[in-house]
Amino acid sequence: MNALLQVENLRVEIAARKRRLVAIDDVSFEIAAGEVLGVVGESGAGKSVTGTAVLGLLEAPAVQAGGRILFDGRRIDTLSEEGMRALRGKEIAAVFQDPLTSLDPLMTIGDQLTETMLTHLPMTRAEGEARAGELLAEVGIPAPRERLQAYPHELSGGMRQRVVLALAFCCAPRLIIADEPTTALDVSIQAQILDLLRRMCRERGTAVMLVTHDMGVIAEVADRVAVMYAGRVAEIGPTRQLIAHAAHPYTRGLMASIPSMRRREKELTQIPGAMPRPDAPVAGCAFHPRCPQAFARCAAERPPAFPVGAARVACWLADPAFEGVPA
Amino acid sequence: MNGTDIILSVDQLTVRFDASPPLLKRLVTGAKRRTVHAVEAVDFQVERGSTFALVGESGCGKSTIARTIAGIQAPTKGAVSFMGVNVAGFRTRHAALPYRRNLQMIFQDPYASLNPRWRIGRIIAEPILTHRLMTRGAALDARIAELLATVGLSPKDAQKYPHQFSGGQRQRISIARALAANPAFVVCDEPTSALDVSVQAQILNLMKQLQRELGLTFLLISHNLAVVAHMADRLGVMYLGRLVEQGDAEQILARPLHPYTRALLDTVPDPHAPHRPRARLSGEVPSPLAPPSGCAFHPRCPLADARCAAERPEPIRVDAVSVACHAVAEGRIDAAQPDRPKDQQSLEQSGDAA
Repeated sequence: MNALLQVENLRVEIAARKRRLVAIDDVSFEIAAGEVLGVVGESGAGKSVTGTAVLGLLEAPAVQAGGRILFDGRRIDTLSEEGMRALRGKEIAAVFQDPLTSLDPLMTIGDQLTETMLTHLPMTRAEGEARAGELLAEVGIPAPRERLQAYPHELSGGMRQRVVLALAFCCAPRLIIADEPTTALDVSIQAQILDLLRRMCRERGTAVMLVTHDMGVIAEVADRVAVMYAGRVAEIGPTRQLIAHAAHPYTRGLMASIPSMRRREKELTQIPGAMPRPDAPVAGCAFHPRCPQAFARCAAERPPAFPVGAARVACWLADPAFEGVPA
Repeated sequence: MNGTDIILSVDQLTVRFDASPPLLKRLVTGAKRRTVHAVEAVDFQVERGSTFALVGESGCGKSTIARTIAGIQAPTKGAVSFMGVNVAGFRTRHAALPYRRNLQMIFQDPYASLNPRWRIGRIIAEPILTHRLMTRGAALDARIAELLATVGLSPKDAQKYPHQFSGGQRQRISIARALAANPAFVVCDEPTSALDVSVQAQILNLMKQLQRELGLTFLLISHNLAVVAHMADRLGVMYLGRLVEQGDAEQILARPLHPYTRALLDTVPDPHAPHRPRARLSGEVPSPLAPPSGCAFHPRCPLADARCAAERPEPIRVDAVSVACHAVAEGRIDAAQPDRPKDQQSLEQSGDAA
């Protein structure tokens, strides 16, 4: 595969008072040019930390303690702060959950767009201002020319997130890290923003790493999906395969616990217990204490990622050499 | 619902908030008085032992209704009657006690709704002591242990503090506290919005099980249609302070009538049915400071015409559902057809042209 982004054996540790906690443990995945990879998991699974690591924005006490991150075949996790800043915003852009925190409240929208482009692109201020107006029109903001003079607080939440998308796309990046981009929005606005993100990426061939807890959003937007659990990738594969035939017991439990508007069950399938926290790691497979199919090996040995169809599944049940649970 | 046991009746409930600038500023600048129309003329009834869900986007007034029912917010007009008594009519704190005992609340944020300095045992004992149902002693401790067991926690947990529990466990503690005074009715305001899906399933299952065992009545406030679909017997869809459609939950979910309900159901991404054809809602919810004339939904409605902009639709009955829409009343939407009309599907292209 011609990968745009390669994350290999990434390990992120958090320095706690006495020891180092493992937040991300041996995570590997690729994103091809123009591809949308969904990263899904429950809170604390490590999905946002992974996105932050790719952006080179890990902050103490979190540190990258192993692995490599390659962008376009070039290592970026060893870049200097200076080198990374040139890449960020230009080649790799970010969209975060809360548009109010990603926009500067004291700068007009037009200035924010223009400044960003002038930092990364060879253009004059007049060209930048003209381009900013075009971008606002493209993201569906009514009266874009007048809105260039507006401050973020003058816009609604949905409109602000459109401005954030305009900012992300203004330097024509090849990869966008979108961390819960629609979680703070109402469903009708959420659909508008997801449509917009999908359309703009498709038109420009931009790849997306879409971090979300919402399996419904993944199902609508992602080409492939990585399911994270306790800092590890439990399963990664094509979205359709993963939704219809999830192989990892965690993915299956996660899918079954989501209520559906179309079929009404008497009772939802529930996964007992809760995800282990980094300060109380679990030996073997991190999911085994909650897994209905766990057997002795799961508690003793951590499963590697086995290929299942086009997916990779970190579960002993997916081991080609697996011959049933020993009695 | 004739002849059935109505535990809660909301009659023409209206709640408005004054958002005017201060008097002096009004005098100097000539600024006008401004009123937030949070809830306008809402009517519904809840049957004992059932779940009534209010669903809508932020700012539609669903939480204001919950607060009015719980007696935290006074109505501007209209009445809320709980077990035959007008909720706003209590003269003294003492007179309100029986109503307060019977009506408890579960809140959205299990981190903010439990006192971090109190042990779990004290948190759960509070409603029992407030209502003088028991005095301190071995019997109270046994009751707390029983309540903890009911919500799937250990009796030993009574000695711990809230920070020692996960979000899901904290919501179980909130439920135990709500049940402590043996209420008939529980108002659940977004009870699982702060929880992960696998934990959400645990809490929803627990709520259903408790309803079966204790005969509880729930008013469920949620923006999550899938949660509502799982829990509700009856359903009210709110838009800008008004109920646009209400009635049998199964019928509304299978055969939504109001254009807003249809769009709302279509908009929700569902991992169990990805890539289905979906209509899009264009634009945003208008400000409740200046709700549109006529039907409040008309600026976003694909079926709106001149009458919708001028005249507010009155609710009409269609089978087990009541819906306020001119297009339904005039037969411009085929009420019997589950399929969406053509002009609504064309919204998909115009979705971004807000």
